[in-house]
Amino acid sequence: MDELSSLELLLTAVIALVALATVFGVILGYAAVSFKVEGNPLAEQIDALLPQTQCGNCGYPGCKPYAQAIVDGEEINKCPPGGQATIEALASLLDVPAPELDAEHGAEAELKSVAYIREDECIGCTKCIQACPVDAILGAAKLMHTVIVDECTGCDLCVEPCPVDCIDMLAIPPGLSDWHWQAPHSPAERFASVHTDANLIATDRGTDATRDHAA
Amino acid sequence: MSKIWDIHGGIHPAENKQQSLGGPIQAVPLPDVLILPLSQHIGAPAAPLVKVGAKVLKGQMIAAAKGFVSAPVHAPSSGVVTAIEEQTVPHASGMQAPCIVIATDGDDSWIAHSGTTLYREKSAEELIALIREAGITGLGGAGFPSAVKLQPRQTINTLIINATECEPYITADDQLMRQRADDILVGIDILAHILGDPERVLIGIEDNKPEAQKALATALQNRQVTENAPAIEVVEFPTKYPSGGEKQLIQILTGEEVPSGQLPADLGIVCQNIGTTHAIYRAICHGEPLISRVTTVTGKACDKPGNFEVLIGTPVEHLLTEAEFNNALCPNLVMGGPMMGFTLASTSVPIIKSSNCLLATSAEENPAPPPAQACIRCGHCAEVCPANLLPQQLYWHAQSKNYERLEAHHLGDCIECGACSYVCPSSIPLVQYYRAAKGEIRLMAEEKRQSDRARERFEHHQARVEREEKEKAAKREARKLAAEAAKTKREAEAKAAEENPENTTKNTPADGETKDTAELDIVQAALARVAANKASPQDQRKRFERAIETTAARLAKAEQGLEALNKSSDLEPSTEYLAQIEQQRATIEQARLRHEEAKNKLAALNTDQSAAEPADGKAQADTATTNTDDPGLDRAATAIARAQKNAAEQASMSPQQKQQKQRDALQNRLNKAQARLAQAESEGSEQIEAFTNAVATLKEKLEAADLKLADLDSNCAQDKNPANTTEENS
Repeated sequence: MDELSSLELLLTAVIALVALATVFGVILGYAAVSFKVEGNPLAEQIDALLPQTQCGNCGYPGCKPYAQAIVDGEEINKCPPGGQATIEALASLLDVPAPELDAEHGAEAELKSVAYIREDECIGCTKCIQACPVDAILGAAKLMHTVIVDECTGCDLCVEPCPVDCIDMLAIPPGLSDWHWQAPHSPAERFASVHTDANLIATDRGTDATRDHAA
Repeated sequence: MSKIWDIHGGIHPAENKQQSLGGPIQAVPLPDVLILPLSQHIGAPAAPLVKVGAKVLKGQMIAAAKGFVSAPVHAPSSGVVTAIEEQTVPHASGMQAPCIVIATDGDDSWIAHSGTTLYREKSAEELIALIREAGITGLGGAGFPSAVKLQPRQTINTLIINATECEPYITADDQLMRQRADDILVGIDILAHILGDPERVLIGIEDNKPEAQKALATALQNRQVTENAPAIEVVEFPTKYPSGGEKQLIQILTGEEVPSGQLPADLGIVCQNIGTTHAIYRAICHGEPLISRVTTVTGKACDKPGNFEVLIGTPVEHLLTEAEFNNALCPNLVMGGPMMGFTLASTSVPIIKSSNCLLATSAEENPAPPPAQACIRCGHCAEVCPANLLPQQLYWHAQSKNYERLEAHHLGDCIECGACSYVCPSSIPLVQYYRAAKGEIRLMAEEKRQSDRARERFEHHQARVEREEKEKAAKREARKLAAEAAKTKREAEAKAAEENPENTTKNTPADGETKDTAELDIVQAALARVAANKASPQDQRKRFERAIETTAARLAKAEQGLEALNKSSDLEPSTEYLAQIEQQRATIEQARLRHEEAKNKLAALNTDQSAAEPADGKAQADTATTNTDDPGLDRAATAIARAQKNAAEQASMSPQQKQQKQRDALQNRLNKAQARLAQAESEGSEQIEAFTNAVATLKEKLEAADLKLADLDSNCAQDKNPANTTEENS
């Protein structure tokens, strides 16, 4: 009798567990289908942080492929147009330490630059138009081409294909529209600028002084 | 008397308004030059309408508004446009911006203009257009185009005229009200008419301007009111800085707070500066555009401070001489008030539409601020903030550039009034931190916008390229299908011809005589093939593709064999053995080439049978080669073999060789470019210049390549020497 009841108990438990597992399985299965996330949200987040110059300096054919590569474990310091700011933003998104910019892929430009076609020299070969990743060059075969400055990302992919070398990358000089106030120096910074080798510990100062004295 | 409310915070700095209230508004003699920046307002810069050398009349529009939020610029006096160029403008950055420079001729002759006092008979749209045409912007300091402010989508129930002038030292509006109260009231009536006669029209004025208030009251009593003109009420309230801020004034007069991120119009309120109402009066009733304004010149460095009616574009130095400015006394000249103004980098900058004050304070009047110290968390700044923000929190986050937290603390609602900096016991330049952070946030938003746009364009570009690829592929597929159909048809015909040779003989009149049927068949087939080749390039292409596949497979096989040889030689690296392999390889290659050459020749004769024999004899070494009896295929095979050879060569090249090759390619390009140039020269083409430039740049590149090559050579020599010796030793 006892044996039977314990067996019954066991059976009940197993049935209950199986039933529960089935129910949850169905719920999870349904959720996986109906709440499926389209695309990789992390890759999209990374893509949103990249500067979208589509220059290919990172070794990938655009910002999105590089974002995907970062998701797959690529280094985050291969984007010269974004520079250190982008690296830091990526590092904080991915919660990893921010490395220095990888010099192999180019240096961060001081000023944003745009392509400029010396229009007298352009022979209208359309090679630059085909090279432009953002369709920022206008023109037709055997007719002069020109760059839509507002749309140019400064990727310089059009410079190489030009057979007459009539494309220059011109830095945009800082103007009134992008000027803004600079933050004042904080007390710490000012102190550092005045006392270039500030030795805050008294004993350090002493040794410094004695060393100076000795010298 | 309507009820007034109080705002949070605020300060009571020394007013210092008496200095400049000594006399009436003075006229300024005509300056020799007028400098008119194209961007004197918030929004898009105006577009010049005149050319250098053009003669302009006083009041003539010289630059047109570009876009909705923009304002035109008018010539303040008659003269000649001497330049349209970058000039230093009155801006905190001290930078340059495009300006129109007019050399005045002294005639001061007006362009034809007329106004009307019967503005109530005009529609609001007409009046707004006139105000826009007159280039009127807010004269209080921000310089927002007035016409834009007068076209709210919401219905307006309250019109507020800002006569607060809360900053110390400035008295331009005060003096204007004292002297021209009647005109101001007409201006207000015009505004009320444009806005559909709102229920309330309030003039907000601080209690430190009793005379101005009296003048307004008198003018109100004497006013000839038209039927439906709303009553105007002057509301006086206690002096406190910064009650002149738009949102602050609205709160004082109505008790309503403009929510963060919203406009006064969302509450049914429009706020205009009192100086602007006067400008609107001049524009509507006299047809005069905004070409002059009242500016206060004051401070202890001026012997004759006062208010001046000054033409827009007058150089600051010209105005300062009128006020007998003493440069030696003034450590820094400020445009605007002491709280929100900015230091001028040079005195050659012009007075613009929003320049309400020139502050030439002496060193003791406005001493340099003591060095900033650490924040002691006293909380004074939070007590005085009129926008109810937490300045110290903003300060921490601005220092650490934590822009997310700054936005969470509503940095955007900061009106930069400077009250927090004023009370800070550690004299921290708080507002400067906020301005810097705001600028940084604005730039980041702009960058984000640009990168989003670039992404969108890139994605469209990608989609387009993909679509074009697909279309091409579809066309290719269609051609392939057509070719296959043609082939089956041809085969069927050939079969029919075989089965029924008499038919074919009949079809070919040249072969009308009796011949051996087998021979005839062959000739027929060859002819058919030639015809097919001519008729269907698609078919040829198909064959070509097939040939690519087969030859590639063959070559891979041969290469594998070679590799096996190489591997076995790795154990015993003897140069002799390597040479043997190389030789064998060369023989294979040569044999195949010869074989194919022979085939080509034979194929040209179109005799299939004799083709294989001599070729086979020569191609004995090439075990991988299979016989093909198609001329097109052979040509393809030759090309493929060549390409494969090139690829193999390239893969085995050292960086030095690669460089050499690059250099050669450049040399080639240069030669071609020179040839093109020569041709262009002989033809007298227009592109000579382009070609000359191209040749020059290519030459440069070639030199660079040469240098690089030399570099690589020297490197390689160093690297290779030890390797060579070891090899020789073994």
